[in-house]
Formats: sequence, C-alpha cells, structure tokens
Amino acid sequence: MNILYDERVDGALPDVDKNALLRALQTRLPDLEILHQRETLKPYECDGLSAYRTTPMLVVLPRHIDEVRGVLRLCHERKVPVVARGAGTGLSGGALPLEKGVLLVMARFNNILHIDPAARTARVQPGVRNLAISQAAAPFGLYYAPDPSSQIACSIGGNVAENAGGVHCLKYGLTVHNLLKVDILTVDGEHLTLGSQALDSPGFDLLALFTGSEGMLGVITEVTVKLLPKPQTAKVLLAAFDSVEKAGRAVGDIIAAGIIPGGLEMMDNLAIRAAEDFIHAGYPVDAEAILLCELDGVEADVHDDCDRVRQVLKQAGATEVRQARDEAERVRFWAGRKNAFPAVGRLSPDYYCMDGTIPRRELPGVLRAIAALSTEYGLRVANVFHAGDGNMHPLILFDANQPGELDRAEALGGKILELCVEVGGSITGEHGVGREKINQMCAQFNSDELTVFHAVKAAFDPSGLLNPGKNIPTLHRCAEFGAMHVHMGQLPFPDLERF
Amino acid sequence: MGSGQDFDDSAALLGQVNQALENATPLRIQGSNSKAFLGRSVAGEVLDTRSHRGIVSYDPTELVITARCGTPLAELSEVLDASQQMLPCEPPAFGENATVGGMIACGLSGPRRPWSGSVRDFILGTRVITGQGKHLRFGGEVMKNVAGYDLSRLMAGSYGALGVVTEVSLKVLPKPRQTLSISLEMDAARALLRLAEWGQQPLPISAACHDGQRLHLRLEGGEGSVAAAHDRLGGERLDSAYWQDLNEHRLSFFDEDLPLWRLSLPHDTPRLPLPGVQLIDWGGAQRWLKSHAEASFIRSVVEKVGGHATCYTPGRTDSPFQPLPDALMRYHRALKQQLDPRGIFNPGRLYAEL
Repeated sequence: MNILYDERVDGALPDVDKNALLRALQTRLPDLEILHQRETLKPYECDGLSAYRTTPMLVVLPRHIDEVRGVLRLCHERKVPVVARGAGTGLSGGALPLEKGVLLVMARFNNILHIDPAARTARVQPGVRNLAISQAAAPFGLYYAPDPSSQIACSIGGNVAENAGGVHCLKYGLTVHNLLKVDILTVDGEHLTLGSQALDSPGFDLLALFTGSEGMLGVITEVTVKLLPKPQTAKVLLAAFDSVEKAGRAVGDIIAAGIIPGGLEMMDNLAIRAAEDFIHAGYPVDAEAILLCELDGVEADVHDDCDRVRQVLKQAGATEVRQARDEAERVRFWAGRKNAFPAVGRLSPDYYCMDGTIPRRELPGVLRAIAALSTEYGLRVANVFHAGDGNMHPLILFDANQPGELDRAEALGGKILELCVEVGGSITGEHGVGREKINQMCAQFNSDELTVFHAVKAAFDPSGLLNPGKNIPTLHRCAEFGAMHVHMGQLPFPDLERF
Repeated sequence: MGSGQDFDDSAALLGQVNQALENATPLRIQGSNSKAFLGRSVAGEVLDTRSHRGIVSYDPTELVITARCGTPLAELSEVLDASQQMLPCEPPAFGENATVGGMIACGLSGPRRPWSGSVRDFILGTRVITGQGKHLRFGGEVMKNVAGYDLSRLMAGSYGALGVVTEVSLKVLPKPRQTLSISLEMDAARALLRLAEWGQQPLPISAACHDGQRLHLRLEGGEGSVAAAHDRLGGERLDSAYWQDLNEHRLSFFDEDLPLWRLSLPHDTPRLPLPGVQLIDWGGAQRWLKSHAEASFIRSVVEKVGGHATCYTPGRTDSPFQPLPDALMRYHRALKQQLDPRGIFNPGRLYAEL
C-alpha cells in the first residue's frame, strides 16, 4: 500500500486556490519569503526519507515568530494544511509535504538565545542544530546529551517533534528527558508555554505529550534544554564474537553486573565489513558481531568499570576484547559505528533503514527471523543495533533501478517491524512514524487505541490542518491494510522462539 | 516473585467504569488514600484499585518492571531490592500502603529527582481504562518507543483525571555501588551558590538539601568517585536515613503547625523573601515552605522567578495547584473533554474546571 497521502483512505483535504493563497500571504505578510515556482519548490519535496517525494503547494521561510503566527492564522482561516519542517533530516517522512498544503520551514530560526551555565540550560530557537548547542555550551564544560547520528545537521525543533534518540540513550535518556520548556504556536497561532524553567509545571504534562508528536499538535517556536557537565573521561572497549547470540547475551551480562554504559552498540558481520572498508576503524572483519561499549564518568570509576566489563565480555565468550588506547582510537572506533549507514550505502545503490525496538532478550530470535526474511525476499540486510536500549537498525540493501526491488524492500521492512511488535517491541524507537510506518501503526495499535490518539489530536487541532496524514493512521487505512494480512488468530512468526 | 494476593481484577474495574459511564456517575479513584491530602476533594463513588495488584513481569537484565496499579509501592521496592536495583526517582509513599497507581497519578519524586529524572521519566508504558470504557495499552516495555502520542507519560501527575491507570511498565536501574552522605555547615545563600557551581562539574551528587543551617549531600557512584568527592568536599558523615525522612516529610521541619507549600523553582533561584520557614531540596529546585502567607502572595513571588507553588495543606486554598494561564487551561479542558467526555474520572481533583 502506497504511503504517499491518499485522500481516499487518509481523508479528504480541502481544495485550496494556490494563487489566492499566495496573494493573501503576500498582502498580509509582505516581508515573508515565499517559494511558489516549481523549480524553487523542488528542494523541499522530501526530507531524509528521500524515496518518497511530493511537491508542496507553497514553501514559506519565515524569519520572525510573528510571521509564523501570521502564516498559521491565515492558513487556519482558509483551511489550508500546514506541514512544519526543520532541517529536513528526519528518516520517517515526518516533514513530507502535501500537494494541497503549505510547507512551513523553521530552519531560519537558528539563534542560540541564551546559555545559562549556573542554571545549566540553553534556550534556543527551533532551527538550531543539535550539535551547535553542545558546541556553544562547551566553554562552560557542559553539553546537550541526546546525540542522533544526524546531529551535525538536524535541528532541535525536529528533535523535539520526533523525540530523537542517539547512541547514549540508555544512560542519558531521549529528548523528552532532556527538555525543560517548549514554546509552541497552536494551529490558529496562539502561543502556549509547555513545561517551565523549573523541573515541573502545574497541570497535565503537555511537554511529554508534545515531545514526539510529529508536528501534529502545534508548531515549536522555542526550546529550553538541560545541559549536563561533560564526563571527565570516556573509554571504549571493542569486543568481537563468533556469534550474534553470544554478543546479545553479553549485553545482558553487562547490565546484570550493575553497569550502565554510556553507549553500547552492536554490529553484525555485514555492517562490520562495510564500516571497516569505509572508515578503517580497525574492526575485526571476521567477527560475526562486535560490541562497542563506552564507559564514561569520573576517572576512577571508569577505570574500575572497564576492568569489570572486560571480565564480563571474556566470560561471555568474546574472542577478542580491545580497549581504545587513546582518544584518537576511541574516536576511530566510534567513527566506524556512526558512519555505518553511509558505509552500508557503499555496498548497494540504495538502502532502507529500519528503526524497530525489541526487549533485548528477544535479539537472537529476531536476528534469526530477519536472516530468514532476508533470504525469502532476496535482499541483503545489515544489522546495526543500539544494543543497550534494544533499538535495532536493520539496513535493507536494494537497487531502486531494478523493477520491484523498492517494493520488496518496503515489504521486507514492514515484516521486520511487525516482528518487533510481535515480540513486545515497537515499530519505531527514535525515527518516528511519519508517513513511513503509517501502515505498521495498524499492527501496533488496535482501533480503540488509535481512536484515543485521534481524540488527543482533536483537542489541539480539531480541524486537522497540522501535518495531516502523519503519525496516526485513519481507521479506514487500517481496515484496508488489515485486509491484506491474514492473522486468523495465529502469530505471524510461529517458528520464532519466545522466552 | 509476587505475593499470594496477586490478582488481575481489571475486568471488575472496567465493569465499574462502564457502569459509571452509563449512569454518568463521577468516580473517585483511590488506592490506599495515602495522598488524598493533595489536590481538591472529589465527590464521587469510590473506585478502589487495590484489588488489582501484583508484579506482572520483571527481568533485571532488561531493566524493566511491570506492575498492576494496586501493587503496594513497598512490594515493588522489595522486589527491586532483591536484585540490587531501584526506581531511581525515589517516589515518596506518604503512607505504609501507598500503591503504584498513586505514584503514577501524583507523579511525585524524591531527593534524587534532579539527577535521575522524575516518575514520568521512568514510565515506559501503561494500560489505561479510558473514558470510552475500554482497557487499552500505550507505550510498552522497551526503552525507546516513539510510536503514537506519549499517552503513558501524560498520565504521570494527571491525578486520575484522564483515565484509570491499571498497569505500568517502569525503567529501573542498578543501585549505585557506593553511597555516602555528608553534611557541611554553611548558610542557605552560600549553599545555593556552591550547588550551582558544583552542578557544572562531574561530581557524583545524588541529593542536596539545606535545612537552614547545614547543607546535606548524598554522594553516589563507584568507590573511586565517591571517595574522591568526599575528600574534596569534606564535611561530617550523615546517616543515610536522613533522605528517607526528608522524602516522607518526617523531619522536624514538617512538624511546624503552619500550612505547607511546595515551591518548584529554577534551581539557582536565590532564597525567596517569604514569611515563614523554608527548607531547600533538589539542589535548589524544590523548596518546602511553612507559612501563613496568602496563596496569592506566595504565587506572585514564585511566578516572578519562573516557578509554581502547590499547597500541601488541605483546605487552605480552593486551588492547591497553581492556576493555569487561560489559554493553557482551555487546552487542558479540551483534552479532558476528549479523553473523559462524560467527566467521570476524579472530576475537580486537579482543578475545578477539569
């Protein structure tokens, strides 16, 4: 089932007279930059999920919050859908435009408004890049913890909208754990402050509700994040295993030893070889799996923990355990992992990155099932895994120029996500639902649960003009999607071990 | 695991909710009533959650525990203790029989909160009986899950206004290897300055309270970091039971016969000029105030510095929680109307309008 907006199953969108809207915007907001010609709209037709493209009706690039308010009010009056976009690095199509909608680009709001070292906070505009916050805080010995792989480019507004993660989530949390306050404009341009400069605020926790709401409930205009003191030291251990099962068990053993690593990543053989060819990180290319375990904190504790983890890894059957000798080697070990996606991209003309999460104990069974699906669909799958928090990133290799391969990749991806749901996990750990996983939402939630989500949406955006079609599928879509699957009360993966 | 009293009573709870929906009868959701002193009083038929109890699953290596709402908090702690793990946010019980459901509904956290996160931060998933009379599941048992809106974390601190939380999955963590509590003599102004300064350094502080005369600190971490911090900060040893007494309001400060207020502030706010006595917790981010001052006066002072005030003494004010700005209240009502259209869940507990 196609994931591009389909009015038949996703709901009718209002018909808008583009020229009349353009004139109204130009009249009411004379300084607003508006793109309306085909060639200037082109760069905005997709986000990081580039396989899916839609040309927006108009793109607006405001520089002042007053202009954002003006755009929202006008669009609300004229019943025009609005899709907000930050840096456009999202991997789930959350900022995929609509032909009948305005694309509201927030990237120009890129000022860091205030770094307060005593309060350990940074107040920033939504277009500020994730990494820029840590760079601005660095002179004070502070940093912003969540670090999605796209952190040099992705913007904080998008991070909030998607509840972005990264490689340090187990210890330092997701975006939602590192926010104090978010300012938003509602669908009709009204300003609300969610959260506060204190650690909590009265009333419902709307800050939690808005984090990860994918631009469906409001438009983010300002973000106050918490900053943390930089850990005194960080050490990385690299362990090689001759089976992914052993590597998976070693992860549980580390946790059972009472240690919470700053980062704990796993890669399978295909990912190891791809990364090694690309980055020359010094990975053992014959290993079936490697674990990268970063321990950070105060010098003395990190030293002790390194000894403990080394012991655990050896007992878990690691064929080799190496500690990065210096900072350069530590950075190299991480570079291999952080560049795993583009590295895998060199093996194949195209790749499709999945984002399911599972309880960690299910890892061996799920990897076996993925291998079986890979054979069945005739497409290679490389596995990169935030092992500490159970977030898998299977990368499906395909060639979009080969007829049918994209469809097969999509179908295989869908199967993997449904498998994650089957074992008690989720279809998305950090990339968001967007348009990409809109059908799989029907597997994770039943119609009553989806109805509650629609009720939440209705409380903030009763006319459904903010980012229509994203995040929550209509019951109509799920009914059609469900009809393609035969469950018959049977688990889709009867062979999978469950323990 | 578990006790002989484990029982899945969700069908009965659901039945009672459906009956209430049919008759449009308001429900007063309660566990052991240990936190009944918080918020406004609710007139309604009691929905007692205590029969729905027991730990549903716990796998220490997954760092996740799932428990039914009527499970005593003490039982949860005991089970975690046995595996050397803990709920890092240290929810106060305010009573021997406090339940897991009450912990979620009130969303209160203890001394470790500024460093570890709040109750809300540790919620991974919930099962909820909704205003549509359905028993539904949101979130799950995995650390990362961004599918759909985050209804689970929204439940924390909602005082039962949005539905009946029947089950919750929580992230847990290993207990620190080393804990040491110390106390240093210094005045409040100096303590706040030092805390702001230390907060910018990687020190293993996990609790910080100033009682008017002394700054009490808890150091937690590995043996090396705790010893190094102790060497650096000095001070006298403090019995670690202090933190429990602080959390449960058993310190003599709380005996004073004056209304009790909780002030939530940016942690580096200087000591506020309010009548009465103050105790600084959460490294400055939570202050306890014993004062006869009027609610409106306290709130005007606190609002100016970006905070809010909650009255912990029943009957002192009609709005124990800080009133919301109009626009925000409008959206609160819209959300309540959508999720509890018949207005049966704890009406008026949080605000008269909800």
